[in-house]
Amino acid sequence: MSKFAKKKDGELPAVSTASLPDIVFMLLFFFMTVTVMKDSSVMVKNELPVANQIKKLEKKERVITIYVGSPNNEFQKTFGTEPKIQLNDKFANPTDVGDYILMERAKKSQDLQNFLTTSLKVDKDANMGLISDIKLELRKVNALKVNYTTGSGDAFNNLD
Amino acid sequence: MASREEAPKVNAGSMADIAFLLLIFFLVTTSIETDAGLDRMLPREGTEIPPPIPRRNIFPILINGNDELLVDGELTDLKDLREMTIAFLDNGGYGIEELGYCSYCKGERDVKSSDNPNKAIVSLMSNRETTYGTYITVQNELVAAYNALRNREAQRLFRTDFTALEALYSNSETSIADKKDLKAKIRKIQELYPMKLSEAERN
Repeated sequence: MSKFAKKKDGELPAVSTASLPDIVFMLLFFFMTVTVMKDSSVMVKNELPVANQIKKLEKKERVITIYVGSPNNEFQKTFGTEPKIQLNDKFANPTDVGDYILMERAKKSQDLQNFLTTSLKVDKDANMGLISDIKLELRKVNALKVNYTTGSGDAFNNLD
Repeated sequence: MASREEAPKVNAGSMADIAFLLLIFFLVTTSIETDAGLDRMLPREGTEIPPPIPRRNIFPILINGNDELLVDGELTDLKDLREMTIAFLDNGGYGIEELGYCSYCKGERDVKSSDNPNKAIVSLMSNRETTYGTYITVQNELVAAYNALRNREAQRLFRTDFTALEALYSNSETSIADKKDLKAKIRKIQELYPMKLSEAERN
């Protein structure tokens, strides 16, 4: 008689799942630290161009974001396919940009108001005409610091 | 009795489910931010009329509606733009005996090109039909040209790259005393090659 009794055939030992929660928690903490809460959903196509001479944007509370791009499928019926400006959760005209900047600026605390950056998140297929209009409006309200927000990569990838 | 000494074990089998639920919640409600880009200062309003500038100190770049590039009067490929910009900025046309001689320039010293880096102006004109992607590529190349020259000078003066100085300056872990020192260095380099970019729109 053997000392070690043979196991019955066909019975596999169960894999221990005791460490599964730990793994999932690890993932959870990873996502909690590297992501930020969405404050507005982007309603336009927003494929940013890439560049390699980029600088990191300042802290989030010092940034006002303007999205530009052609409206997503569900909005195309009402707004068409031409690139549009999105301010907060609404589509807007270039003339509304000034008011928006002033309003957002008033919301920030006093000591930050002079150090705000306007981040332009523009789809790479948009035309410069709209951007020029926005820049003109920004100059009117003295919001001179802009950041053309881009992804990082070789800038020549934008051309095709 | 055994049951008195040992606390009953809580079943932790559903812990994973709870953690998954939280994980999925965070996946849905957050996004990974793209938080980098090209910084640019717009000119103040009411500074439309420029003082008369000699033609040799201006480097005109035109982008038309078909995303074609006209640099200094010649149809140019985007890939050559960086080199051309560097050559223009680093020219230093003033002679050694003249006031405003550029002692650190390593350019061709062509009298028909820019006099001094702090007089050289890059004029970028875009069309309403120009694609934003092309515009960003041009902007990127211009920044790259300035960075190349500034890096060279920073290497000469401080044995480090200008971009490294800037990165260190914007790092929140750098102490205030260091920042002051860095700011002085950055200013010094920026004075050697000030970024003078004029933008206009053309129809």
